[in-house]
Amino acid sequence: MSYKYSLEIERDYQELEKKINALKDDALKKNIDFSQEIATLEAKLRDDKEGKYNTLSGWHTIQIARHPQRPTTIDYINAIFDDFVELHGDRYYRDDPAVVGGIARFNGVPVTVVGHQKGQDTNQNLQRNFGMPHPEGYRKFCRLTKQAEKFKRPVICFIDTQGAYPGMEAEERGQGWAIAQTLMQMSILKTPVISLVIGEGGSGGALALGVADRVLMLSYAIYSVISPEACASILCKDVSRGPEMAEYLKLTAKDLYSMGLIDEIIPEPLEGAHTNPTATYKIVQERLQMHLDDLLSGDIDQLPEKRYNKLRCIGVCE
Amino acid sequence: MPLRDLFKPKSRKKYITIPAQVGESPAEQEPQELTLKTCPRCGRRNREEDLDNNYKICPNCSYHYPLTAGERIWLMTDENSFSELQDNYQTADPLSFPGYLEKVEKAREDTGLEDAVVTGITKINGEKVLMGVMDAHFLAGSMGSLAGERVTAAFEKACAEKLPVVLFTASGGARMQEGMLSLMQMAKTSAAVARFHQEGLLYISVLTDPTTGGVTASFATLADIIIAEPGALICFTGPRVIEQTIHQKIPNGFQQAEFLLEHGMIDQIVHRTDLKKLLGNLIALHN
Repeated sequence: MSYKYSLEIERDYQELEKKINALKDDALKKNIDFSQEIATLEAKLRDDKEGKYNTLSGWHTIQIARHPQRPTTIDYINAIFDDFVELHGDRYYRDDPAVVGGIARFNGVPVTVVGHQKGQDTNQNLQRNFGMPHPEGYRKFCRLTKQAEKFKRPVICFIDTQGAYPGMEAEERGQGWAIAQTLMQMSILKTPVISLVIGEGGSGGALALGVADRVLMLSYAIYSVISPEACASILCKDVSRGPEMAEYLKLTAKDLYSMGLIDEIIPEPLEGAHTNPTATYKIVQERLQMHLDDLLSGDIDQLPEKRYNKLRCIGVCE
Repeated sequence: MPLRDLFKPKSRKKYITIPAQVGESPAEQEPQELTLKTCPRCGRRNREEDLDNNYKICPNCSYHYPLTAGERIWLMTDENSFSELQDNYQTADPLSFPGYLEKVEKAREDTGLEDAVVTGITKINGEKVLMGVMDAHFLAGSMGSLAGERVTAAFEKACAEKLPVVLFTASGGARMQEGMLSLMQMAKTSAAVARFHQEGLLYISVLTDPTTGGVTASFATLADIIIAEPGALICFTGPRVIEQTIHQKIPNGFQQAEFLLEHGMIDQIVHRTDLKKLLGNLIALHN
């Protein structure tokens, strides 16, 4: 297996993996029976991996969430939706390639699907602005979700962004205004909304796509008020303390689930979605279907009220 | 106790204190202290007394000094009309974030507030309103669980009593130390504003220096009428972060109220001395 890009945590056991493979090759070439040794080593490798991945630090989780080969919104759309028709533009300024959306069938049912779109290489990332939307991205999102309400289509959102783009043009065109409008609109939208954090959920730019009846997270996705690096830079004036902040910020799916901020953690393959996208798509499809069925079986008109009541309880004061 | 002293900070470190000349003054007369506050814009050293008599505006360059919640209430509402919405909440430390409670405790001591938001029912030029004030002296006016709760509760109260809402915002954004709980306050407050609008009630926000981050991207900019104080920094991403991203200096005045007016983001820039009259007038126009 070749690794285009490997994480610190992956490198820890890749050495052992290589040795096992070499041993297997040797056994084949020289026709010697190493099966017992190989089995022992493989068991050790498995234990090693399980131990590592089951006790991942916040910082290591972030590395997986940001993995450049991690499946993106378009990958999920292609894998689990049919008849996707992409819709472009916010009708005010331009089309924002950092947000992709349109109409598709999900297990036969027409839905509106929208998400942040990161690139998977430098060229794509430049085109997609690294998945960081400008105001027009949020305005496109608002347009598509409003349209979904009109045609009584459920909305499925994929969250994967470091945050809204921190640039001058974005500010000039009202980044704060666009996000605020989105939050407000989504809180009263009369159609089922499911949001799934597939990678990085960074701050307000992520939350804009996260006001939903169900908020789900992949097991190695993260969702945070601020990136740990920025947090370290502000609080400690020292970016290198990011890993420490990653623990304090409680940004993993497990942390957020235990605080009641998300509804479900969708388990990924042990070594992350990028190591087995097909298995990831399958389970995501199953879980989305389950939540969608559940929402569609209830009274749609009651959804905004329920959504509000859920948000209303969030916060911890003594 | 006069109302304006309600939230008076116990320590004011930014002030330079110069004892006035005692000279030949009678022994029983206490030496008067002269407090000077340097204007951050023009550098003029203003006497605090003069500022107090001038809405805390620099007489030289019209710089609007940030107000405490108490000062804001005192300047903008009819005398003795403010009655605070009571809750028994205290700021908590849900993530056990290192150093957070100490910072909160210090902010409490410095400002006399429980958190960065104070809400209450009051009168502005005879018009009954629900008013909320953010105080940037409390942990940079950042929004955590309690601030979000107070803003949400204020909109709910205003819905129930059919009152217009006037909010004075000043904030560094969502409060990092409460993590995702802070971020979710953006959604919670925006949802409360959505319901408020559905009732057909009036919401005016007054953006004061500085209104940034998660507050700009939630309730602050969702008002029917958005007013700003002159020179106020209003943005989602602060200038420093933008400069770090684009690796160049951003022009002077970028993200100031005047810039936003030009770009169609706010309705008016109003001098602090005219603000109360305008708010009263706007509310009356909706009655």
